[in-house]
Amino acid sequence: MECVFGLVGDGFALVAADTSAVHSILVHKSNEDKVMILDSHKLLGASGEAGDRVQFTEYIQKNVHLYEFRNGIPLTTAATANFTRGELALALRKNPYSVNILLAGYDKNIGPSLYYIDYIATLHKVDKGAFGYGSYFSLSMMDRHYKSGMSLEEAIDLVDKCIIEIRSRLVVAPPNFVIKIVDKDGAREYAWRESIKDAGVSAA
Amino acid sequence: MSIFEYNGSALVAMVGKNCFAIASDRRLGVNLQTVATDFQRIFKIHDKLYIGLSGLATDAQTMYQRLVFRHKLYQLREERDMKPQTFASLVSALLYEKRFGPYFCQPVIAGLGDDDVPFICTMDCLGAKELAKDFVVSGTASESLYGACESMYKPNMESEELFETISQALLSSVDRDCLSGWGGHVLLVTPTEVQERTLKGRMD
Repeated sequence: MECVFGLVGDGFALVAADTSAVHSILVHKSNEDKVMILDSHKLLGASGEAGDRVQFTEYIQKNVHLYEFRNGIPLTTAATANFTRGELALALRKNPYSVNILLAGYDKNIGPSLYYIDYIATLHKVDKGAFGYGSYFSLSMMDRHYKSGMSLEEAIDLVDKCIIEIRSRLVVAPPNFVIKIVDKDGAREYAWRESIKDAGVSAA
Repeated sequence: MSIFEYNGSALVAMVGKNCFAIASDRRLGVNLQTVATDFQRIFKIHDKLYIGLSGLATDAQTMYQRLVFRHKLYQLREERDMKPQTFASLVSALLYEKRFGPYFCQPVIAGLGDDDVPFICTMDCLGAKELAKDFVVSGTASESLYGACESMYKPNMESEELFETISQALLSSVDRDCLSGWGGHVLLVTPTEVQERTLKGRMD
């Protein structure tokens, strides 16, 4: 029941994801960060099989860093999206990764962008996107309330509306979400929306 | 649902008097959910040659990248553009290479050959070529498209009339198919110019 969704606003892009790590009926933890900061101006929200998700996103992150080290300039968001799609497509007929990805980035001359990358390597540039069962609710909320060039306040309001919808209508709804944004000042965590806090480990 | 119906698509190409038109729908879906309404299925190979790829979107994107690569190599070696007939043979060969693990896409190729004689053809996912003198169709709406084209098509139509005919055939066919639609994208190619138009149809 992993939910990842994202949208593009006025000069920024944001990605929100649930934060539960679940195996069958057991919730391992409720504060698992599924939105990786790829580099200074890119976010990678991923959902799918746990091992694949971490392995694949770390692989992409390291390769993005390697490009910047080798060439002295960072990859553009479009190039990163195409690289990610290429890796998924190569693996598709050998050893497929079950990871769905929303890649958000900010480029100086282009502005914010969001790329939808399916687990079977379908790539499409979008203004709003979502994966998982939560997508049935978040896409509909975004279809209703989204307009291009939303301010940050309006966008966060829309994200909160989506989260409320997911919490109230999805049967095994994830309790907590993380929201990260990327704009000209870089990629950073914006907020958590928690309804259940993990109990701390008591001293032995 | 079969793998060819996973993303949903509709493609049609028609021959006119010294011109051709190629049209596609704009929906990108994941089974019954619509993900995007501005997905591009028709790609330019060179000024007088276009290929539309229906079926699984990821394979359509991979095929397009391989074909552009091969055509660019051809251009470097031969110092000219590929003829449509040659290109069709190339597509057929690339598809048959994967005979026992095919790309799940069905191409529609349309181009102006020597002396600007229009050429269209389609093939199945294994590369079996199907040349036609009038129209070719492909995608989830192909059966409706066959019917619509058969009744609306006339030989030797001028470009304006061809545009009208192909648009009406496309829109009426995708309206009967839940997996394709959300508008249309029509390219009309004559020896002197290329007209690209977006159609607004039933947005459902």
